Amino acid sequence: MRIELERRPRASALYAILSPFIALVLTVIAGGIMFWLLGKDPVSALYSFFVEPLLDVWSLHEIAIKAAPLILIGVGLSVCYRSNNWNIGAEGQFIMGAIAGAIVPVVFHEWHSPLVLPLMLVFGMIGGALYAAIPAFLKANMNTNEILSSLMLVYIAQLFLDWMVRGPWRSPEAYNFPVTRDFAPEAILPEILTSGRTNLGFVFAIVAAVLVWFMMRYTLKGFEISVLGQSERAGRFAGFSSRRMIWFSLLLSGALAGLAGIAEVSGNINKLQPVISPGYGFTAIIVAFLGRLNPLGIIAAGLFLALTYVGGEAVQLTLSVSDKVTRVFQGLLLFFVLSCDTLILYKIRLVFPGRAVPAAQQGAE
Amino acid sequence: MGIVEAILLTVITAATPLVLAALGELVTERAGVLNLGVEGMMIMGAVLAFAATHATGSPYLGILAGIGGGALFSLLFGFLTLTLVANQVATGLALTILGLGISGQIGEAYVGMSGTKLPQIAIPLLSDIPFVGPLLFRQDLIFYLSIALVIGVNWFLFKSRTGLKIRAIGDNHASAHALGIGVIRIRYLAVMFGGACAGLAGAQLSLVYTPQWVENMSAGRGWIALALVVFASWRPWRVLAGGYLFGAVSISQLHAQALGLGIPSQFLSALPYAATVVVLVLISHNRRTTLINTPASLGKPFVPDR
Repeated sequence: MRIELERRPRASALYAILSPFIALVLTVIAGGIMFWLLGKDPVSALYSFFVEPLLDVWSLHEIAIKAAPLILIGVGLSVCYRSNNWNIGAEGQFIMGAIAGAIVPVVFHEWHSPLVLPLMLVFGMIGGALYAAIPAFLKANMNTNEILSSLMLVYIAQLFLDWMVRGPWRSPEAYNFPVTRDFAPEAILPEILTSGRTNLGFVFAIVAAVLVWFMMRYTLKGFEISVLGQSERAGRFAGFSSRRMIWFSLLLSGALAGLAGIAEVSGNINKLQPVISPGYGFTAIIVAFLGRLNPLGIIAAGLFLALTYVGGEAVQLTLSVSDKVTRVFQGLLLFFVLSCDTLILYKIRLVFPGRAVPAAQQGAE
Repeated sequence: MGIVEAILLTVITAATPLVLAALGELVTERAGVLNLGVEGMMIMGAVLAFAATHATGSPYLGILAGIGGGALFSLLFGFLTLTLVANQVATGLALTILGLGISGQIGEAYVGMSGTKLPQIAIPLLSDIPFVGPLLFRQDLIFYLSIALVIGVNWFLFKSRTGLKIRAIGDNHASAHALGIGVIRIRYLAVMFGGACAGLAGAQLSLVYTPQWVENMSAGRGWIALALVVFASWRPWRVLAGGYLFGAVSISQLHAQALGLGIPSQFLSALPYAATVVVLVLISHNRRTTLINTPASLGKPFVPDR
């Protein structure tokens, strides 16, 4: 049996909408098989993974808290990927944003003012953008592959954070634990609902997604992004500069990742510690693709991947399987998303040997 | 054994996985396929090699498991990018994410267990040569394989007919297809070779470098290997040289830490990653030579027209 692809005359609008859902269904099936292999009852495992977190107010808040950074980063990445700039170092930009934003509450901890929080957020965005400026500069001016440079910078950022919280920024009150001092109340992102912990970070995520969606759909910049992404040559004829686009997309995604970083630290952790992210920067890549690089789709995708984090923690407790299950789920999901996207541009045909093949096709074999 | 010998030995141990993984990726990329999943295939090789060694007691079966696991895992990438023409960059990332996840899941049972170190094989006569003997001829099987593979791949790519086909496909898949070369089939094989090499590199990590299982023990080496291929401008001998250079850099940080120069350990640990970026910049800032060296179809999707 062979698989053949036949190009559709035009991209299928139906599959463009359906493909993420097909991918989700396939992931759930594969996940069930995985639980079965681990010796767990697949139905009840899937239930506590995907359904139970939705039935509880507490865990709904947890989902919103985890979705916020995923959506913020994913939206930024979608602009990068649409314009063919492969920033995969959002994890590093997230960390650097968190560190830059934390300058205010850690270094100037005696300064109490309502300006603290806004300043932190601005610093966070600048920190993330500056860190993304490194691969942008290297790509635009030195022709260096941004995939590798941005990824290498993730490791460097992680080590830098580790040094900061163990060295210069270690709290004098923390009994040698590697943490900074706790942020003062005015440096903490306020909660938005009385029912739980969801903070302003979630609002930032939704606003960012809607703004970027508007930009992509209704502005010249959005058009420029798509044109340069699809054909750099065509973009040049239209007078668009791919070099400027490198800067624009990387700085934007860096700033959003930085904002996600400081929002996470300020709203959720309330201090810096050696590890501040369970891989949000990488999971956001999956979010971006599951959302089909559309900011509104990314909101839904971010919520779903946040569910996999919360569901992963749930099955860890109830079924005593490891939290690694979450990572496997996320990896599988990206695989299925990418394979289902083929359906948008191609018809897939299974060709069985021995069946008569039209002469024209035989000739081309 | 003198201090210089000891240091050189650690350099060799650190360089071997980089050389192997980069060599495999080199063949894949020469065929025009960009597989960013090296890190994932490597970590799968590491965990499977450790598990198989633990189950059978034989590190040699462990090596086979690493190679086979890496090759099988790369097939997933091959199916998506070659048969379903999915985006190669994204699929490679998916392979890495999935590999890190699955390996963590499989490896859960082996955390903290002591492993079996791959025994050294002394080559008669040669291993008695002073200085050189203990360094190069009293090594483990994977080291010998890495050197043999560099020589073999170099010959294969530039002297054999199939090697010519691979390079033709990598430079222009449409023309190669028109000449009747089975583009997809050869690309599958090239991807699997890359997977097997990355798996072998992973086996080296969990059987030689640190004979145990640690989650995420590849620690970015797969990505450094990808950078090495660019650094080597897609030539096997330069992969060997570059691998040893990077091995030396990553080992120098350990020795610097042992000396206690007062530099924070995190800065020294960041050295290999920073060095990778610097080297990438140096090697690719000349747009023209980069363009000449890069396989022209690298990363481009191919659907045979009928």
